[in-house]
Amino acid sequence: MYTEKVMDHFTNPRNVGEIKDADGIGEVGNMKCGDIMRIYLKVSDDDVIEDIKFRTFGCAAAIATSSAITEMVKGKTIAEAWEISNQQVAEELGGLPPNKMHCSNLAADALKKALRDLEAKRAAKKE
Amino acid sequence: MRKVYLDNAATTRLHEDVFAAMKPYLLEHYGNPSSVHSFGRQARKAVEDAREQVAAALGAEAKEIIFTSGATEANNLAIRGIARAQKKQGNHIITSAVEHHAVLDTCKALEKEGFTVTVVPVDEYGMVDPAAVEAAITDQTILVSIMLANNEVGTINPIAEIGEICRKHGVTFHTDAVQAIGNIPVDVNALNVDLLSLSGHKFYGPKGIGALYIRKGTKLDVFHFGGVQERKLRPGTENVPGIVGLGKAIELATTDLEAKAAKLRALRDKLIKGLLSIADTRLNGHPEKRLPGNVNVSIQYIEGESLLLSLDLKGIAASSGSACTSGSLDPSHVLMAMGLDHQTAHGSLRLTLGRDNTEEDVDYVLEVLPGIVERLRSMSSVYPGK
Repeated sequence: MYTEKVMDHFTNPRNVGEIKDADGIGEVGNMKCGDIMRIYLKVSDDDVIEDIKFRTFGCAAAIATSSAITEMVKGKTIAEAWEISNQQVAEELGGLPPNKMHCSNLAADALKKALRDLEAKRAAKKE
Repeated sequence: MRKVYLDNAATTRLHEDVFAAMKPYLLEHYGNPSSVHSFGRQARKAVEDAREQVAAALGAEAKEIIFTSGATEANNLAIRGIARAQKKQGNHIITSAVEHHAVLDTCKALEKEGFTVTVVPVDEYGMVDPAAVEAAITDQTILVSIMLANNEVGTINPIAEIGEICRKHGVTFHTDAVQAIGNIPVDVNALNVDLLSLSGHKFYGPKGIGALYIRKGTKLDVFHFGGVQERKLRPGTENVPGIVGLGKAIELATTDLEAKAAKLRALRDKLIKGLLSIADTRLNGHPEKRLPGNVNVSIQYIEGESLLLSLDLKGIAASSGSACTSGSLDPSHVLMAMGLDHQTAHGSLRLTLGRDNTEEDVDYVLEVLPGIVERLRSMSSVYPGK
């Protein structure tokens, strides 16, 4: 049911972990559905995502999409990161089973939440 | 790679002797049991012999056995058949929160026909309280349907007691005995049941064949039409090879039952002990009143489907009550009815032992599982750390 790419990310997930002094953190999902994703960002002064890590409770699709988005985003600018959609993450993995498209395909949402957290933290610093 | 099948509650491997018994009825004795010629008579005899085998295994009479395509059909036939046959006497049905969907969904469908359904709750072990069933009975109650043993957590219900209560109140009593046959003694008179469903492939028989026991004198409404087979309750040409296989399978499964159950229990208890030695795990289901082959644990901070896929990569076949594996958006209704929180239900793992399993299988699971759990926990967003 899963593509080889999904299984690859599930068995060898990239960038698992936390960033202690993260510039932005985003968490989405809920325990009712059984998927909770958290993304940590480290961003340079010139808006390049230098480091990204994740922790996920969930099915193989949830873990694989989390892992895949960290690879897609690392080294990109904030502006580029904002453009990434859940659909693109699924495509990057060669597609997901239809029943996983909604419940477990949340990595881009987690990333956007982390980006918003980053903006809020930066705004707070300026004040 | 080592392959370990631990999903015997889902289905079992056909017994070689069952296959041998079926084979002539696929290749040589292919007559229609309704035909008058020798081919037909041979098939008829095989069907009636199998009916005797099923009846003998249940302590019933042959004429009380109807062959169906499986337990889903048997449950539908029993519940809808009784409801419609007795609708003049009342419109109330009682069932439990942990039934198989073949029972729950059938009851739900009857609500649309004007029946009311009381779903009695279960305790933390998934067990139905006979007193709760008795308290739910009204002068409108026509049917009680409570499963003998639960397919997910293996808890064995006090069916004889519930049956006695139903008899006292003159209410028809059905039990889904799918998981019980071949694992615990099943006698329709000792259990005080009027109807009982079973399915061949759960006890090393073929798929696509089951049976419904109907106590004599119990009237069912007919809703399949087209022939006189199976007392008109289940018309259509009989699945002769399947029926022959079911007869042989139930005979084998109920022979030396206690010795086989003791072997399974020993493996089960070793597996449970090993699993519970992993930190933050719990046993789901009753510690003692439990099917001999059922293991169901919850492993905190990880999700069931991830666990199943990881086990599958190591050659181990298991199942889970997580939402991702239940085919719906919610985790197992059985675990939720037992009061588990969502995380604990999503992290459930069911391992069901069968006649092919060995101690080496148990050792292998206990060898590979801790590493899998540690790996998934290290990725988990809800794991607080060691």
